[in-house]
Amino acid sequence: MSRFFGLSLTALAAVATVSTASADGHTAALENATNARHAQMQVIAYHTGLLGEMAKGTTPYDAATATAAAENLASAASMNRIVLWLEGSEQGAIATSRAKTEIWSDASGFEEMAVALETAADAMVDAAGTDLDSLRAAMGGVGKSCGDCHKAYRGPKN
Amino acid sequence: MAVKRIILLAVVAVVGAGLFLTRPATLSADFAAGHVPDAEAGALVFHASGCASCHTSPDAEASDLPVLSGGLAFPSDFGTFHAPNISPHPTEGIGSWTQDEFARAVTLGVSPQGQHYYPAFPYAAYQHMTPGDVADLFAFMQTLPPSDIASIPHDVGFPFNIRRGLGLWKLAFVNDAYVMNDPTDPVLERGRYLVEAMAHCGECHTPRNAVGALDRSRWMAGAPNPSGKGTIPNITPAALEWSEVDLIEYFTSGFTPEYDSAGGEMAEVVTNLSQLPREDRAAIAAYVLALEPVQ
Repeated sequence: MSRFFGLSLTALAAVATVSTASADGHTAALENATNARHAQMQVIAYHTGLLGEMAKGTTPYDAATATAAAENLASAASMNRIVLWLEGSEQGAIATSRAKTEIWSDASGFEEMAVALETAADAMVDAAGTDLDSLRAAMGGVGKSCGDCHKAYRGPKN
Repeated sequence: MAVKRIILLAVVAVVGAGLFLTRPATLSADFAAGHVPDAEAGALVFHASGCASCHTSPDAEASDLPVLSGGLAFPSDFGTFHAPNISPHPTEGIGSWTQDEFARAVTLGVSPQGQHYYPAFPYAAYQHMTPGDVADLFAFMQTLPPSDIASIPHDVGFPFNIRRGLGLWKLAFVNDAYVMNDPTDPVLERGRYLVEAMAHCGECHTPRNAVGALDRSRWMAGAPNPSGKGTIPNITPAALEWSEVDLIEYFTSGFTPEYDSAGGEMAEVVTNLSQLPREDRAAIAAYVLALEPVQ
């Protein structure tokens, strides 16, 4: 009797280990995607910062630097979203994530926001090298696309 | 017999005093007298006061002219408040109100029917608005599109559903003095007016006591988010290390010094503040930097 129980428990433990392992593998993939998104956001923030400091006047305007920053910003903004925004990597499911489930339940709305960032970043590529006033004007579009998307699709701080 | 009569008199006196103390205030007869309302100037008052953030329907599509049909829910410890329709619709909104009725509502928190409003409506801030600004605001709001969507009643339990009781709350907690002492610098004075009379930043950034009144001794020192999720930050110099330029940029584009963007309700605030003249954003920044540091 006790031996039977012992064997059953061992079998159960084995099953449990296997299912945990596969759950871990799945979770790891979602965590990796979340980390990659955060890295993308950092790249966007860094280049927006270079442009923003010029707009604020805290660093002097330089057309070449501004253009380089705008081009990198546009590249980061246009990254393919399919492999970054994995369903199931929302806030609550992944510890560091602040992604709202609306990203997947309202996929067309999210896509619209993402395209708005691409458009604003492309406009910045044209504006950044022109002059400081053009850069400042384009900054508003970039800021609006960040804010609109975060308002709708990003949850509160963890 | 005599004892009974004395008790009766005492009851009448207490009830009478209660009714007297909780009576809804009335507007002075010459409110905004001689002022010619200017709807264009009222747009600035509207944006600075953040009316659209609460009174626009949560389902509304973004548009140039806000439709103030209300409907947004505000959960609190006392129940859930719903922002009413304040569009110029004659029956569902405030389209049939007079300027004086509007001014009484905004600055005294009393409806045209003589009922107290709940302080979810920040009339404790708006009481400081100049009569001219209130009149301009009313003129501007008349130009907005009407909505026939009915207001949702508040979901507030006993005893908070007795509106007359709000008279006592007002008596105890609506302080007609500014929090910041009179500034000598005109920029700072403008900042105080924008923050304390219009933008009502303190409603979220200042903690509240057990009956929902702002703790003025901890002005702008941060508070739990009434939605239950997260906290609203301390923006006094004890906690916030942003420069004037950082603050102005944040009010303009929503970018933090780290180039993250404003989130939650603050994103709405940035939308409003970005429509003010730059000098006004600079005045708000000056006010924030001049706040008493509170840990």
